[in-house]
Amino acid sequence: MLRVVVRRLLQMVVTLIALSALIFVWLRSLPGGPVEALLGERATPERRALLTKALGYDQPIWVQYGKFLERVVTGNFGNSIRSGDSVAATIGRAFPATIELSVAALIIAVGIGIPLGYLAARHRGRILDNVIVVGTLLGIAIPIFFLGYLLKDQLTQGLHWFPPSGRQSVGIDATRVTGFFVLDGLLTREFDAAADALWHLILPAVTLATIPLAVITRITRGSVLEVLGEDYVRTAEAKGLRTRTIRGRHVLRNALLPVTTTIGLQTGALLGGAILTERVYNWGGLGSLISDSITGSRDYPVLQALILLAAFVFVVINLIVDLSYALIDPRVRVG
Amino acid sequence: MKPVTQHKIEKLERLAASTAEPGGVSLLRDASRRLARNPVAIVGAVIVLLFILVAALAPVIAPHDPVARYAELTRELTVDNIPGAQAGFPFGSDPLGRDFLSRLVYGSRQTLFVGVVATALGLAVGIALGTSAGAFPGRLGKWLDLGIMRVTDVMLALPSLLLAVTLVAVVARPSQWTVIVAVALVNVPIFARLLRGSMLAQRESDHVLAARALGVRQGAIVLRHILPNSVGPVIVQATLTFGTAIIEAAALSFLGLGDPDINRAEWGQMLGVDGVRYLEVRPELAYYPAIAIIIVALGFTLLGEAMREALDPKNRR
Repeated sequence: MLRVVVRRLLQMVVTLIALSALIFVWLRSLPGGPVEALLGERATPERRALLTKALGYDQPIWVQYGKFLERVVTGNFGNSIRSGDSVAATIGRAFPATIELSVAALIIAVGIGIPLGYLAARHRGRILDNVIVVGTLLGIAIPIFFLGYLLKDQLTQGLHWFPPSGRQSVGIDATRVTGFFVLDGLLTREFDAAADALWHLILPAVTLATIPLAVITRITRGSVLEVLGEDYVRTAEAKGLRTRTIRGRHVLRNALLPVTTTIGLQTGALLGGAILTERVYNWGGLGSLISDSITGSRDYPVLQALILLAAFVFVVINLIVDLSYALIDPRVRVG
Repeated sequence: MKPVTQHKIEKLERLAASTAEPGGVSLLRDASRRLARNPVAIVGAVIVLLFILVAALAPVIAPHDPVARYAELTRELTVDNIPGAQAGFPFGSDPLGRDFLSRLVYGSRQTLFVGVVATALGLAVGIALGTSAGAFPGRLGKWLDLGIMRVTDVMLALPSLLLAVTLVAVVARPSQWTVIVAVALVNVPIFARLLRGSMLAQRESDHVLAARALGVRQGAIVLRHILPNSVGPVIVQATLTFGTAIIEAAALSFLGLGDPDINRAEWGQMLGVDGVRYLEVRPELAYYPAIAIIIVALGFTLLGEAMREALDPKNRR
């Protein structure tokens, strides 16, 4: 097992280095690169040359890449073109917001998706099953930014059930400990602040959860159906095992294997959805940072760091999923 | 001795190549028969056909020129007032005083184009990579497999929307082609991995083992035994991809990375740019293209899922 973990870790490092090189070259080689982003299209050639030299872009690309790697390792990604703040600090501020949103979305997707999928499978072909299946299909077919605006439009403008955007109400003066607003409120016992943060969290989390919820429900349903038809379930029934034992030990445990992979993949994909969701709700996390850094003139240092960070998180999640697979399924010996 | 063995091999090979079923109904024919009887598939196929029909007949169906601005519509047009339905313009105006209904109708063309080209491009590259990775045994094949899989790993190391955003974001001037290429590339690793996975599974299956034991050449095994039995999931995935492709294109438009041509009508662009911008002034500008996207995406999903079910040998009778 240890050997497998080490090998996968090495593989991960290689993937990330390859990706960083690609991103690095990609962001520099195309027209409208960083210099144009800083100076605008109409800058004089002299000023361009000056800035190109100042930023080190006149050096060979591998020298630049070496310097870049050095800075990545030390966590120094330079400064944002737009705000002038350090990229690391900018991302550090936005990170907890996205994690909080993603965790909330994941709780919704897994907490509702698995029971819903199981329920649909148990009632296969009946009305409940059909309703759930149609619901999951719609969940995948609807563009989530549109769903976000729809929810926002309907539930905040007329009904005032939820706040339209942001992470907390104006005038709430909460103590910050972790940057996770709900958790902060609980830790500092400022329960009004926690409730306010939770109230802000619900709509964005529901929006972001739509696709993973639909996918997890479908996969669970399909997987449970498949397992229900297996011989060992029939054997368990024939042995006279109690229904609860069969469902818990034989059906669910086996059915959840593919679901684990799906949850992992969807967790990684959440960051993609967060770009859209955070823009709709003005959430101020990594997703907002990404969409800000590509609007108008591009903020390359921020974008570059964000892409690498996203890849790192994504790859780590995938690794965890693969390894957890070995723990749940004794047949799988990853390698 | 040799001729006899040769004869036996040929006979067994024929057996191995044919399906196990007596009567010899091919999986494909069997699948299409089941598909034609499946209501889900029919609903999906009808939606897809209607969509293609609207796209093909757009000039006939659309009541007006989708690009022209009409005086009846521009007269009272302001940022806060976009004229709604009126005589001759049942869906009212778009934010530039053009006929919204005609733009919706013509939008089906561009949407179909983006979806089809992006999917086809992703599929072609994905199949080439996947076949190279999954086809060859032995040391060389293993290295090829490893190399291709690492490339897909790198591409899959980013969430798909972020990958698409990255691809488009660096281009100074986005166009419809940057959108198409981005959406296509996002799907390449998915197609490649899927095909490789099912080819590997096929490679270990009994009928391939039988063919190998009989001494069938490697090329013939790949082309006649492995590939035909592996493309099913990929074709299904391509059908499903079409739906996600138009949604991804819409998301890129929403992020300001879409097709900047304001004359060309495309549903994703109509929803992602004008739709959300004028949501409070005239929500229909968002609702109609959104509904169109949802229905078409749903159609392709239904068809894809039904195909998946039909191609699953477990459902054969």
